[in-house]
Amino acid sequence: MNPFWIALIAVIVVPIIGGLLAGIDRKITARLQGRWGPPIVQPFFDFFKLLGKSRIATSRMQFVWIYGYLVFMIACLVFLVLKLDILLLVFLLGFAGVSFALGGFSCKSPYSHFGANRELLQMLSYEPVLLLMALGIYAQNGSFMISEIFNRSEPLLASLWPIFIALLVILTIKLRKSPFDISTSHHAHQELVKGIMTEYSGPYYALIQLTEWYEIVLLLGIIALFWANPLWVGILIALAAFILELFIDNIAARMTAGWMVRFSWAIGLVLCVLNIAYLYLMKGVS
Amino acid sequence: MGIIHTSRIKSPWIMHFDNSSCNGCDIEVLACLTPLYDVERFGIVNMGNPKHADVLVITGPVNRRTARVLKNLYAQVPDPKMVIAVGTCACSGGVFHNCYNILGGVDKVVPVDVYVPGCAARPEAIIDGVVLALQKLAQAQGVAK
Repeated sequence: MNPFWIALIAVIVVPIIGGLLAGIDRKITARLQGRWGPPIVQPFFDFFKLLGKSRIATSRMQFVWIYGYLVFMIACLVFLVLKLDILLLVFLLGFAGVSFALGGFSCKSPYSHFGANRELLQMLSYEPVLLLMALGIYAQNGSFMISEIFNRSEPLLASLWPIFIALLVILTIKLRKSPFDISTSHHAHQELVKGIMTEYSGPYYALIQLTEWYEIVLLLGIIALFWANPLWVGILIALAAFILELFIDNIAARMTAGWMVRFSWAIGLVLCVLNIAYLYLMKGVS
Repeated sequence: MGIIHTSRIKSPWIMHFDNSSCNGCDIEVLACLTPLYDVERFGIVNMGNPKHADVLVITGPVNRRTARVLKNLYAQVPDPKMVIAVGTCACSGGVFHNCYNILGGVDKVVPVDVYVPGCAARPEAIIDGVVLALQKLAQAQGVAK
């Protein structure tokens, strides 16, 4: 099949999957709290309602950054579905995060600045682990290409399971779930107002939600790569990881930003470095 | 544009503002969000930010200080927006209506769509008020509810 059509279908289908996942998230969270919960299609109602609201602009520059956030996230997704370079995918994910943080910095609201500062701390805690994940895949495969992962018969999870555990911590930070929901909070709105998303309203807030849906599917896709052959096992593992995140979200309270950086570096970096060192020293991967 | 109109009715995000109420109605508004009444099944989410809200839920009588804040908050809510006055004080000033610092009900400052009387207003009445506001919105847009 033509790569252009694969990319186009992914760009259209992925937000629908992401929105349904967000709806399942709200439903399961409600059931865990003893509530009935909204219908699963509720995120789509929210999205279309926000599209129909009036546009209030506090700064024009923030809209440039928010479109950048969306475009970089779509670029990451295209890299994943076309099975291109995973190192460049990690870099593009970093650009997306930087665009979002700069969007928060581009208006004068103190809440927005606060959220953007915390978003930068989040990036500080997850970017090294993502880079080391790409290095670990290189150490195992001798190539950064995602297509090489699909060609192997043995799953990555067998030799890279410490990196997989580190990636689960990163997933919690990237999805902004408790105990790491420090730049913006989906439930306790009163503390930060809405953190980095404070100044976005109406259609622009809808764009952020759309980007978050892309992000959910992209991260679960990266997790599915760890059992890429056959892929359905990987997708089941990714869904199990998603449900696990929901449970952690509901049993954990928010922690401080400094604790987040210490935790993700102490657990994530140590696991990644030990994994890569083991691959190079013990197995003699060259 | 049918899907946008339908979505407006399916997902009202409320923002709760306390003028100078005795906290009775505020507790009842928060009771709506607890698992017992669980208004999230109707898509109602409590937002702390006027820029994300659709429905302003206002409790308590307006005094000379909060009038300025209320006008500011009302201006920051993007259109289309609804205002619900919850409790007798928010409807008319209640027992405070002749006090020297009280302007009266919420409608002295911002236009009100739905009045929910009661001291304090019961959670069922507040949920009915939100549903009534959405019906008014649907009628104004010509969408069958």
